[in-house]
Amino acid sequence: MEPFTPFTAPACALDLANIDTDQLIPARFMKEPRSVGYDNFLLYDLRFDENGELKADFPLNEDLNQSCKTILARRNFGAGSSREAAVYCLVDYGVRCVIAPSFGDIFSSNSVNNGLLPAIVSESDCDLLFDAMEGEIKNLSVDLEQQSISIGELSVSFDIRPVWKKKLVNGWDDIDLTMQEEKEISNFQQAYFSRFDWLFNSEDRK
Amino acid sequence: MKRPQTLFDKVWQAHEITRDETGQSLLWVDRHFVHEGSFHAFAKLAERDLKVAHPEQTWGIADHYVPTRSRSLDDVSDKIASVIRLLQDNTKKHDIELIGLDSVHQGIVHVVGPELGLTQPGLLMVCGDSHTATHGALGAIAFGIGASEVAHVLATQTIWQTKPKQLRITFEGDLPLGVTAKDMALHWISQYGADAARGCAIEYAGKAVRDLSVEGRMTLCNLSIEAGGRIGMIAPDKKTIDFCSSRERSPKDEALVHAQTYWNELKTDVGAAFDREIVIDASQIAPTVTWGVSPEEALPIDAHCPDPKEIDEPNKARQIKDSLAYMGLSDGQAIEDITIDRVFIGSCTNSRIEDLRSAAEVLKGRKSLVPGIVSPGSTQIKTQAENEGLDQIFIDAGLDWVESGCSMCVGMNGDLVASGERCASTSNRNFKGRQGPGSRTHLMSPAMVSWAAVHGKLADIRTFKREGEN
Ligand code: SF4
Repeated sequence: MEPFTPFTAPACALDLANIDTDQLIPARFMKEPRSVGYDNFLLYDLRFDENGELKADFPLNEDLNQSCKTILARRNFGAGSSREAAVYCLVDYGVRCVIAPSFGDIFSSNSVNNGLLPAIVSESDCDLLFDAMEGEIKNLSVDLEQQSISIGELSVSFDIRPVWKKKLVNGWDDIDLTMQEEKEISNFQQAYFSRFDWLFNSEDRK
Repeated sequence: MKRPQTLFDKVWQAHEITRDETGQSLLWVDRHFVHEGSFHAFAKLAERDLKVAHPEQTWGIADHYVPTRSRSLDDVSDKIASVIRLLQDNTKKHDIELIGLDSVHQGIVHVVGPELGLTQPGLLMVCGDSHTATHGALGAIAFGIGASEVAHVLATQTIWQTKPKQLRITFEGDLPLGVTAKDMALHWISQYGADAARGCAIEYAGKAVRDLSVEGRMTLCNLSIEAGGRIGMIAPDKKTIDFCSSRERSPKDEALVHAQTYWNELKTDVGAAFDREIVIDASQIAPTVTWGVSPEEALPIDAHCPDPKEIDEPNKARQIKDSLAYMGLSDGQAIEDITIDRVFIGSCTNSRIEDLRSAAEVLKGRKSLVPGIVSPGSTQIKTQAENEGLDQIFIDAGLDWVESGCSMCVGMNGDLVASGERCASTSNRNFKGRQGPGSRTHLMSPAMVSWAAVHGKLADIRTFKREGEN
């Protein structure tokens, strides 16, 4: 995974709470292989009408050349299902950071595993950011090292778990990290298997 | 003296391999379920040429995409058939046991695990599905994970997690007649919000929880994620231990004795600390339904929808207005005046035998005014229901009795609610478009869905009980 570096890029404000994963990607698109580009499905039923035409009044549709790297939203973003496809949509679109007062837990860890920053801001800072965006697509800067977000004169700080910050900044992948713990794991296994012997009897499997 | 521990602490500790300097723990995984949607994770393994570390601790279950009108892949679209085939191929390639379409054990993963005895107290279980918390009803730590994490578990049989905060929800007293585990969940989420348990492992406790059947407890734990909590647990008691001792894959003989000794130790010590406590008077819970597009937008059946004009806080008022508009409801409309177009009885929340019995009890000798489908949680439950004659009650009422799967809970297999249609559903999510683009979902208990079917509109199950009495 690529390390997360500071950037300034267009951002889009979605003034909605509870943007759940079913809205981020409706279930019917999830049969598709990743190679088709999941950005096509992002927020599909909010962005497109029944005829597949872009809805004029949906803010993200003003991002004509798909240049937004940040999305600002209200509380409980990414609640619901564990579908990592919700993150693939954002990442394939080019989004590197979502800002909201709170996130679904599974969505957050999925995000970090795909290099997407879930930045938590206070409700009042969220209001300030929405005001500063004025309902338009505007340049916004994100600095993970400093944990700060700025639009023009306004600068606010955000929260992120230290371990997630570390992973994002370094572009680390969990599987590589865990493979280094091989010895610990095998020691653990031995002790575990003898303590919980009933879990590994032959009845357990056909 | 040993510091008092919670049930969650004990199970967590037993699985902790190591902890890094940031406080993350590497945890051992006892049971890992994969389903059709796990193809992204298998693709990640293939990219890196990795093997599955412990296929004997991994099970494949076909549920999300399976057809419910047939058991043959010839009857479904190519795309759906191909995701089911991918699961068959990936499990075969990695030597993982598959509980597939043609298995007598097939069903929804969160129904099948406990039913087969794969779910046991004290285990750590994961699945690429957010309703994995269901298994916590038996005293396991069970949580949903994303595809990257699924790949990680496949490759290492472990997972990195930061220990969550702990929330205890105590339901004191007795539930009124007609009020179920589903109502308990919708009630508390509506009171505290759809993100009330964010970052938390929940332990459900109290008399009303102990009085629930094992099935009811699964319903309660299942809905933990609808409050933002990845984990919901209930300490094992005699009911749990009886349930877990008699399953096809339960430990046997001497192994069972060992297991039971351990299971009996699994409870929260007196004096153990929680980060947060919520206490709820169960006797005050009414039959509850959702009116909006988030599980927190729920109210007692005899209430009225909110009126945004009466809400002072502008953000909140806007949210309510938006939800009412999507749902096609008017400001302050009486919930009992909401007419429905369709019903769905199924999903990992409410499709166990007890749920089907309670839905059938209401429909017996009556007709449904709307179409609908009943999809049992597993093929075994389907057989059992047929042996009890429940299928005939549903069919006589005019509903479709179909095969087991996720079905209309998520519509991935094509069992959809049409745009603009309103469905009374026993499932767990009323999100916009959850049951199909433009679909409108009202969540409630199985008996309430049946009662709504009989009236063609949402109806108070307490009136059914009264009629039954005289
Ligand atoms: S029944 Fe619904 S909630 Fe349960 S696992 Fe299937 S899709 Fe998910």
